[in-house]
Amino acid sequence: MLEVRNLSKSFGGLKAVTDANLDVPEGSIVGLLGPNGAGKTTCFTMIAGFTKADVGTVRFRGQDITGLPPHRICELGMIRTFQIVQPFAGLTVQENIAVGAYLHHHDRRDAMSVAREVGKRLGMGAMLDRPASSLTIAGRKRLELARALATGAKLLLLDEVMAGLIPSEITEIVGIIRQIRDEGHTFLMIEHVMQAVMSLAETAYVLNQGKMIAHGPPRELVKDPSVVEAYLGHGAAARLQEGSHA
Amino acid sequence: MRLNSVGQIALVAAAIAYLLGVYFASSPVWMGFTINALIVAVIALSWNITGGFGGLSSFGHAAMYGTGAYASAILQVKFGLNAWIGFGAGILAGATMGAFIGALAFRYGLRGSYFALVTLAFAEVLRICASSFEFTGGGSGLQLTLTPGIGNLQINDRTVVYTALLIVVAAVMALTALIKFSRFGAYLIAVRENEDAARALGIDTYKIKVQAMAISGAFGGLAGVLYLQLWLFIDSTVVYGSAVSVEALIGPIIGGAGTVWGPLLGTLGLHLLGEGAKHLLPNAPGLNFVLYAIVLICALRFLPQGLVGLAGRVGPFKKKENDNA
Repeated sequence: MLEVRNLSKSFGGLKAVTDANLDVPEGSIVGLLGPNGAGKTTCFTMIAGFTKADVGTVRFRGQDITGLPPHRICELGMIRTFQIVQPFAGLTVQENIAVGAYLHHHDRRDAMSVAREVGKRLGMGAMLDRPASSLTIAGRKRLELARALATGAKLLLLDEVMAGLIPSEITEIVGIIRQIRDEGHTFLMIEHVMQAVMSLAETAYVLNQGKMIAHGPPRELVKDPSVVEAYLGHGAAARLQEGSHA
Repeated sequence: MRLNSVGQIALVAAAIAYLLGVYFASSPVWMGFTINALIVAVIALSWNITGGFGGLSSFGHAAMYGTGAYASAILQVKFGLNAWIGFGAGILAGATMGAFIGALAFRYGLRGSYFALVTLAFAEVLRICASSFEFTGGGSGLQLTLTPGIGNLQINDRTVVYTALLIVVAAVMALTALIKFSRFGAYLIAVRENEDAARALGIDTYKIKVQAMAISGAFGGLAGVLYLQLWLFIDSTVVYGSAVSVEALIGPIIGGAGTVWGPLLGTLGLHLLGEGAKHLLPNAPGLNFVLYAIVLICALRFLPQGLVGLAGRVGPFKKKENDNA
């Protein structure tokens, strides 16, 4: 569904992302991992059209979308969420979701009813009339997801949707994401919460210092020496090996 | 245009009672005063589209107001065209000026105080141009020939003028309500609340902002043309002066920016206050502006949602859908 080839971006002398390749098959949940500053969010902003890539192509459903503005990409069915949640504070929860729904439902009544339906599906039925600013972090994360879904997007790029949640809330969101996937959506998610990645993602890519260093099933990735070293420093893999033998 | 509380209904009822009361007061002073306030209410409603819904605080709405007035005046005085053509052309000219300023400012990503400064600069440049060129009448302005009659949009009977203005204000408010509860309005509010999130949700924020400026410009041009037809005379200071820009934004902010009733309520309230001050202290011209400033500061500090927001807290109704007036 999504093919990323040779994506690169430099900010001045800093190579944020170099030659990144990535495939997201339809109906899958793919993780994007990596330590802080690895270039994960930069990757996302380029894929979703928020920043222009220096080199490389992004293809979505076979169509070249490199360099398209975000609103065109969203119309085609791909949407990103934000690491720092961005609710429209002055609007109610339902109105927030409706802003997403307006993309393909031009009439207010349609958009509001789609919003109500999406909100209920994500367990926000009781909060629909509350101002978005009154939501807790967990509620805002759900709202972010609901708004994205209401646009009718098929591929959702989730940027750390679990960050800042307590374990029970993570379990709930994991369940919701799985439910949405079963309804026919595809996910590419940046995630630090390994519990979530392990239970959701079939494949994951690991980015370190702007380069893709590994990809495969998450269970194998955590044993990969290059991945361990990306997080824990050079030589860490060898020391862990010794530690487990001793 | 739903009203959410006893307070809001009382506020709106008081305004309507005042506006109707003017008919029975049989005081030409009151009527003249209210006629002026209604024209200012139109430019306030114009500001409200961009400043209220879009969060694009312009400090130069005189640019649209003046362009509308000058376009109509030039067509009538220099080309001898009918006032009704000038009327339409003025609205169109205001919309074009709004779209032009918006396209230029948003092209370079200006927002907040930078946008305010650029709009102010545009209005000032236009004012200086209008006072320099011959075809705009230079320093002496443009004077329409007095030819009363509905065909020339010159009405002598103040009661008829007043009624016509009430209808215009009501129509602009109805359009505002229509915008507020449409897809465009929701997108505009989304842009105000969080532009990045709006872009992610498939909104072409540049297009939305320029469209908002065009609509606002059309209302602004309309206000300018109304002023011209009422006074039959304009010059650069009167229609491009910063006093117009200030009046455009102060009414909505006091009344409640981003609401349908706010601009009218704020403008009426302020003008009553200013008029009252004039009568109490007749030897201090310009005092009304000092008063405006004090009220504006208080409103910004204590009434973030203006009078409408304040009234909304008085006896709120329980409601299913959360819409503001």
